[in-house]
Order: sequence, then structure tokens, then C-alpha cells
Amino acid sequence: MIVGQQKPFDEIWSMVRDFKKVLVYGCNTCVAICHAGGGKEAEIIASMLRMKAAQEGVDMQVDNAAIERHCEPEFFEPLDEKVSTYDLVLSTACGVGVNFLADRLAGAIPVYPGINTSFYGGVPEAGFFVELCGGCGNCILHLTGGICPIVRCSKSLMNGPCGGTNNGKCEVSDQTDCAWYLIVERMKKLGTLEKLLEVQPPRDWSTGTHGGPRRVSLEHIRAYEEQEEKNAATEGK
Amino acid sequence: MKSGSNLEKVIASGKMAVTAELGPPMSADPHEVIKKAGILKGSCDAANITDCQTAVVRISSIAAAVIALREGLEPVMQMTCRDRNRIAMQADLLGAAALGLKNCLCIAGDHQKFSAAGKLKGHPGAKNVYDVDTCQLVGIMKKMRDEGLQQGGDKLEVAPKFFVGASWTPMGDPMDFRPYNLKKKVDAGADFIQTQGIYDMDLFKSQMEKARNLGLHERTAILAGIIVPKSAMMLKYMDSSVAGVTVPKPLIDRMNKAKEAAGDDKKKMRELQEQEGIKITVELIQQALEIPGIKGVHIQAIEWETAMEPIVKAAGLYPRPTFDA
Repeated sequence: MIVGQQKPFDEIWSMVRDFKKVLVYGCNTCVAICHAGGGKEAEIIASMLRMKAAQEGVDMQVDNAAIERHCEPEFFEPLDEKVSTYDLVLSTACGVGVNFLADRLAGAIPVYPGINTSFYGGVPEAGFFVELCGGCGNCILHLTGGICPIVRCSKSLMNGPCGGTNNGKCEVSDQTDCAWYLIVERMKKLGTLEKLLEVQPPRDWSTGTHGGPRRVSLEHIRAYEEQEEKNAATEGK
Repeated sequence: MKSGSNLEKVIASGKMAVTAELGPPMSADPHEVIKKAGILKGSCDAANITDCQTAVVRISSIAAAVIALREGLEPVMQMTCRDRNRIAMQADLLGAAALGLKNCLCIAGDHQKFSAAGKLKGHPGAKNVYDVDTCQLVGIMKKMRDEGLQQGGDKLEVAPKFFVGASWTPMGDPMDFRPYNLKKKVDAGADFIQTQGIYDMDLFKSQMEKARNLGLHERTAILAGIIVPKSAMMLKYMDSSVAGVTVPKPLIDRMNKAKEAAGDDKKKMRELQEQEGIKITVELIQQALEIPGIKGVHIQAIEWETAMEPIVKAAGLYPRPTFDA
């Protein structure tokens, strides 16, 4: 899931203070699970903004709403008309949702971020989230025991630990596990340590964020959808 | 000869090699490099010029290495993977070779969050690079030198001829993987290896035995790293806080004894500990050189370059060999 954290309230206030009619717009998928930007959090932020506005003597209407997902058009449709009546949307979706809605509103209304999108992570225990994938576009987890060296090693090393491993912890923090320590131990358990002995050549990072904005295009799905639309149009005639 | 560097010649001659370390200053003033080069010259075969060690901005390794070279000290330039992508790395390697540098040590580099272990501000908010890692950088240098090709495949009219080094932390954990870590660097093409500072010689001997069993001592020149201890406090700090370094208690006890012998005299306290530090260093060097497969020592007298000459003399490693050009 995508993990995010609510922005500090003072920062949110400084973004919204000059607007008259604000919609705090939550997303009930990933960011709801990490208690950052679901419907409940959107409601809390909205009420905090109303209180702050009253305190500061600012005339501002603040409402809240939430939809299931901020990354697919059909979820937005039922609320499109309502959204168009505001002069600011404070989105508590992840950065994907903010971009997606801002593109959809196409400059008619600004969309500001209410949370900081942190990483792709898991929830090993309630209230605790850890980064587990870098979305690099070229997965090598079969070579590293299911542990990603790109995001779990502070230096994204591909060929084993650096000299900074201290009691199994990383040199950046004694709270951070050394990914390569974990990888070696995991590969030993799996009986596949020999896989780590091969020198991994320089990576092609262009499949990641270094190759410009990425797209995935499933031609068969697109062709099918196009055909369905045509069929519907023909039937309509 | 791969590079024709003095260090390569010493190693090829079968004599024990001695390298030292020269940390460039946080200043645009070349005089500190000139001064340190003058002190180290003659006491080592080559000196490592660190590349923004502890992630703190200093005169760049290449620039300081060229200054040292002009002073008659052969440098081992260092290149971390932290600050450059493969384009900048190769451009800098071409430039360094064009300026006459012949040795290069590849290292991952301290993480920018490290910032001199909190003693300086540093740049903990910097963006790091890590486009390639140490093994891959070693491979790039070898490919440039031996095949005349850039990593991307483009041809080099004149290839940079580096004697390629890499570091090794033999006692870092996971310790049973460390010999394999070394093997990967050797497989990638490391001509020489400088180890992290070693105080626990018995543990190092057992790691060297594993390296020998993999035949690595015959494929690369392993120089044992010795960090010259200055005080009991420094030894305790290294033992507790420096990754991959353990200091046996008897060594710390010896330093404490030297310190206590001075009573309340602060100046004497320092002098006695420094004397003991040099003694310990000489013993460690002699023990290291007896380990089969060891081809020399990398002595780090950090901000204490004047200690080098008495150390190499006492260790029977003086004068350093010279070769006709």
C-alpha cells in the first residue's frame, strides 16, 4: 500500500487560509489504512480548520467528503458537481490522488496536498509502517531472498553489505536493520547463498524514476474497451 | 604493469607495501595538503587521498591527489559511489588519469546522514547517488583500462590506466559473508585491497584463512589496515562505535595504563599514550605481515601524519623501495 503522513496542521493552515470555500477530500483506500487521509481524517482536518478559522476571525466554509479511491475516474463522478462549487480542494489522498484530481479539474480549482506521501510499505503491526518497495520497474527480489536492497539498503547496494553494518544495523541509524545482513541471513535459510556470489552488473535505472515519467499500457485491454464502446454505439443506433 | 604506479611496482616486486592516508582539509587552501604530503613522503609507497570522508565537504580527492603528486608523494585517489553517477565517475576518471593519477580506491562512501558522526553539520539532507556500487565501480574501471570501453560501450581513444583498489571490512557483520564480499570485489577486478582497521589480529587471521581458501590472496594484494591509536578514549570509541572494528581489552588496558602512569600531568598523559599507540601499531603491523597472503599494510595515522616515519622505521619497513623511472 501507499503510506502517507498528515502534514503539520500549521502548514495546512498556511496553504488554505486565503480561501473562502474549502473541501477536504479524503480517500478511503491506502491512506485510510495508515490513518492519514481517509474519510475520518478528512472530517477531523475539516473541523480543525473550522476552529482555526473561527479563532483567527477568518470567514471560511470548510466541508469534507471522501470517496473509495482517488486514482480511478469512476469514483469521482458522483461528487463532481459538488466539488465544482468549492474554491479549493485539500486532498488527503496520496500524491497520485492529488495529481489525478488536479488533472481532472484541469485548472478550474486548485488541489492542494493535505498529506505527505511517504512510501510503498507494509504494516507489520498496528500503527507501524515500513518501506518495502521502491517501484524501480525491474524487480530482483528473487535474487535477494524477497528483501529489496534498493529501498531497504540506505545505499541501494546491489552486491552485498558495505563496511557500515554494526551489529546487524545500518550506519544511518541503530533503529534501521542492515538490509544486506537480512538478505544474507535469509539466503542462508533458503539454502541459496550462492546466488549472492555472482557480481551484479550496473543496473539500468531507466525502468525506475530515472527514465522520465512511466506508463504501463495493456494493449489488449484497451482494444477490448474500444471495441465494447463501438458495439454499444452500434447497438444504440 | 597495469598502471605503472609506484604502489603496483612495490607489490609486483614482492616487497611488503606501505600505504598511508591523507585527509584533505575543509578549506580551499592547498597548504595543508602540501604540508601533509611533505611529512608522508618517504614513509609510504602511496597515500590514500580520501573523498569527502564522513560525508563532509573537503578539497576533492582528485584535486588533492594532484597537489600531493606535485609534491612527490604518490597518491591513491579515492572515489565514493555516494556523490557521482556513472557519467560523472568516468569523466572524473578520465580527468584524473589525464592529470597523472594512477591508483584509485573504490568505496561506497559514508552515508550523508553520517556527517562526521554528528561532530559537524555536514549535509544530512543531501541526495545521494549510488548509481553503481563498489563492485560495479571496480568493474567499470577495469573495463575502461583493459577493454578501452566506457560502461555504456563507447570506445575510449586513450584508456585510463588505474591500479584499482577496493576496501574490505573483514570483521563487519554478517562476518561469515565477508570473505565472499571480498571475492566479489576481486572477481570484479580489484588489484589491491585495503582493509578496515584491525586490532583483533586473531579474528583477522581466521578471516584471512577463509580468504586464502577461496584463493583470493593470489588474485589481489591484500593490505592490512592499521589505525594508529592515539589514546585509550579513541580505542574505546572505535570498539563501541566504529562498524567492523573490535578492540581486544588487553590493548585498551595497555593504553589506560600508559595514561595512568602520567598521574595528573595532561601533557605527559598525551605523550605516554601516543608512545604506547605507536608501540601497539608497530606490533600490529608485524603481526599482520606474518599472516600468509598479506602483501602490505595500510597505516592510518589520522591527523597525526608525523607518526608515520617512526612507525615504519620501528617496523623495519624503512627505507621504502625505489624504482628507476
